Amino acid sequence: MTGYLFVLPWMIGFLLFMAYPIYFSMNMSFHKVIISSEGIQKTWLGWNNFKYAFLSDPLYLEELVTFIKSVVFMIPIVIVFSMMVALLINQPIRMKGFFRAVFFLPVVITSGQVVKELFKQGAASVPIVQRYGIVEYIQTNFDPSWSEPIISIIEQLIVILWYSGVQILIFLAGLQKVNTQIYEAASIDGASPWEIFWKITLPSIKPFILVNIIYTIVDLFTNSLNDVIELIKVNMFQIDTGFGYATSLAWIYFAVIFVLLLIVVAIFGRNDDYNPRQAGR
Amino acid sequence: MKLEATAFRKAVRSVDRGLLIRIGYKIKKILLGKQGNDGIVFKLAVYGLLISVGFVYVYPIFFMISQSFKSLGDLLDPTVSWIPKALHMDNFYKAWKVLDFPKSFGASLFNSILPAIAQTGSCALVGYGIARFRFPGKSVMLAFILLTFIIPVQVVMIPLFLLFKQYGMLGSPLPFIVPALFAGGMKSALFILIYTQFFRTIPKSLEESAQLDGAGALKIFIRIILPISTPAIVVVFLFSLVWHWNETYTVSLYLGDSMRTLPVMLQQFELSFTQLFSSSSAGAQKVNINESIKLAGTVLIILPLLLLYLFAQKWFVEVIDKTGITGE
Repeated sequence: MTGYLFVLPWMIGFLLFMAYPIYFSMNMSFHKVIISSEGIQKTWLGWNNFKYAFLSDPLYLEELVTFIKSVVFMIPIVIVFSMMVALLINQPIRMKGFFRAVFFLPVVITSGQVVKELFKQGAASVPIVQRYGIVEYIQTNFDPSWSEPIISIIEQLIVILWYSGVQILIFLAGLQKVNTQIYEAASIDGASPWEIFWKITLPSIKPFILVNIIYTIVDLFTNSLNDVIELIKVNMFQIDTGFGYATSLAWIYFAVIFVLLLIVVAIFGRNDDYNPRQAGR
Repeated sequence: MKLEATAFRKAVRSVDRGLLIRIGYKIKKILLGKQGNDGIVFKLAVYGLLISVGFVYVYPIFFMISQSFKSLGDLLDPTVSWIPKALHMDNFYKAWKVLDFPKSFGASLFNSILPAIAQTGSCALVGYGIARFRFPGKSVMLAFILLTFIIPVQVVMIPLFLLFKQYGMLGSPLPFIVPALFAGGMKSALFILIYTQFFRTIPKSLEESAQLDGAGALKIFIRIILPISTPAIVVVFLFSLVWHWNETYTVSLYLGDSMRTLPVMLQQFELSFTQLFSSSSAGAQKVNINESIKLAGTVLIILPLLLLYLFAQKWFVEVIDKTGITGE
């Protein structure tokens, strides 16, 4: 029972600053809400806000789909990149601490306005990319509905990589927990580093891949720089649509995140494989 | 005599060959290593990759710093790429004024340190409760904690805005401090998880012996657990500080015009710049905004964070190493 004593603050906080606002915003999403100096005026609309978002809103669906597409591209980039860096740092090298510090550095500044500023000044794209006409190549060879997200990814490549800081550390932590005896045994048996990576390292850090994918998705979706959130914000202060419509957009957005996470957990969360970490113990 | 000489030569040659083979083998071993990942070639590849990827990684920061020192002439001159002809401090002077640095720095500090302290304390308490106690409804609670992590702020922002308005908390840092006191607020789910994982690594025997001496749970937590949890505490505090520092979205909503933090000022940089320099100074010394001035402002904003990171990076990295944030 003393457990409750410790978690009590969270419970109060959750009820006040989460549960109540959630209820309130769900309620708002079914209304047309006008907030004036006299108070809040609500008119019941039923599902009309949602219908409008899907059927009539000229921008929302389009922005949402574009964003989801770019996220689908960004996740593998972030995961592969962070795994690669983690594997490199995990090697017996000098200045390990220095490299870790370098790759974690962006976490300190990635949020918010500063990144936006860097975007604008063009500091976020890799300088080599423009020189070789990669962008033009993609533009001519892909369908515009796919080339657009790909190009936007190339243009912001560094910033995308900047979202890998925490993931790198999570992978590193995972790699360090792998029993070193398995590596020794495998190399005595004549396994090449390549085989060791696929047969031992990768399966052992599989749970961390799942965690990282989830973290990446949440990080990308709740980042205030993305276009969908921008659009929700714009709608909030528009008189003809207003808060009610903005909250229903936010709820649709949340549903998308939730479904995406469920899919990821369904694909990567199965625990059927042989797990070398347990086998080594 | 002659026979001896040839035998001798033969012997030398065979030793030679053996030696050569051995040397060759050794070189191969040095280059490629015994296991494939301890040779020089491999090491070079690792360092090469780390250094080049690392460079790309910090490139925007270098770019920003180099750019911020450039005068207008340097900016337009294509021959000047990385190192400006002269360190043009004027950019910083202007940016300092536009940002109203001392005042906004104070606001930023106020708005990030207080919520960070509140969050550090409350999340520790909750994290300990989850790590050490069983109680009915715990799994439901965990599910809800994860839910708060994935729910976008936009969903609850407006109701919270109205709530804070009702209590007259708008325009002060209270909308950030009060939820933080109750283990809520920005990314608190992550902090609770960090603490939970960290507390789980502490052996239970420590608490058990204190229990035998008759100490209560709260006393054990404060006297025994907290003092040995410095790394986790420091990291949560720093994360919380940094994220609150960088926040613009909710800050501009809740604080309005009464308090402007540095990132909010950056948002309005161009506007304030024109007000300050272009219009007022009677045409004669009219200054136009350029990239360098804006980037100087950006440097000014992240400089405190960079300094903090310089001192604290050891902690950041260590705790995530130790706790792995994640559960298994």
